[in-house]
Amino acid sequence: MAIFNVAVTVRLQTEVNDPQGLTIQSALSALGFSGISNVRAGKLIEFQIEAASEDVAAKTVEQLSDNLLSNPVIENFEYAISTPTSNTR
Amino acid sequence: MKACVLVFPGSNCDRDSYHALSVSAGFKTQYVWHEETNLSGYDLIVIPGGFSYGDHLRSGAIARYAPVMKGVSAEASKGTPIIGICNGFQILLEAGLLPGAMLRNTQVSFRHQWVTLRTETTLTPFTSTIDQSCLLRMPIAHGEGNYFATQNMIKQLQDNDQIVFRYCDSEGNVTASSNPNGSVNGIAGICNKTRNVLGMMPHPERASELILGGTDGTLLWNSLSRGL
Repeated sequence: MAIFNVAVTVRLQTEVNDPQGLTIQSALSALGFSGISNVRAGKLIEFQIEAASEDVAAKTVEQLSDNLLSNPVIENFEYAISTPTSNTR
Repeated sequence: MKACVLVFPGSNCDRDSYHALSVSAGFKTQYVWHEETNLSGYDLIVIPGGFSYGDHLRSGAIARYAPVMKGVSAEASKGTPIIGICNGFQILLEAGLLPGAMLRNTQVSFRHQWVTLRTETTLTPFTSTIDQSCLLRMPIAHGEGNYFATQNMIKQLQDNDQIVFRYCDSEGNVTASSNPNGSVNGIAGICNKTRNVLGMMPHPERASELILGGTDGTLLWNSLSRGL
């Protein structure tokens, strides 16, 4: 077994309106930052997972992202798994 | 008439709902903790408003996996009337018992105000005795009540007469300015295909006694008791 670092990014689907992103965008323009457009706000969820291999870890990550971390009606997710931080315990 | 009010960690409209059902409507009402799994024997199940599990991740996302939701699903398929109010609506959406999802209000801020509602269908146990020519007044209080559904889902909701309440102005017109949160088509409440599960953002339990500012919420409880 090995421990993997996982980062799941959850984004609103492109056709879904993002009130939070729009508000950030108008705040940025109010602060004088010009040329900013298409601001979208999402979520980053990081954790560690213990699994036999990276493939096994990836399967679990996909399952839990689909079941809980994202809502498929409005969101998409992608994830990155980094090389084991420690080996067999 | 036996009703139950589910209680999750972070529910905060459970007592209002209990009061409205037991005192205003005269139902024999019980609280049911989220760890229970058997909900058989009730004529009505209420999933109340609040901030279950702190609204973390997404409103209702964690509550939908609470043990009690197994009972809710079972009763939903048996045809038991189930009403999800505010956070309860969000939980029903996350659980897939109703179609669609909730987004942040378009104004991003938390909206708390009285709204006017148009009853779009009386073919539900919750609205069967409501006079559609009368507009209803009820309070809302939410940050994520911006109902979203794909064009396909909206078409299905319309074709199956599943849109139950829409926000409107004092004349009954559904307009952009009468929409408090940006909900698609001004939708305030929907039911499932079998019509026994209702989700709505406005709070009928907070409009069940004159001292609260209105009694239009009792129209739902009256419909329910008439149907049984």
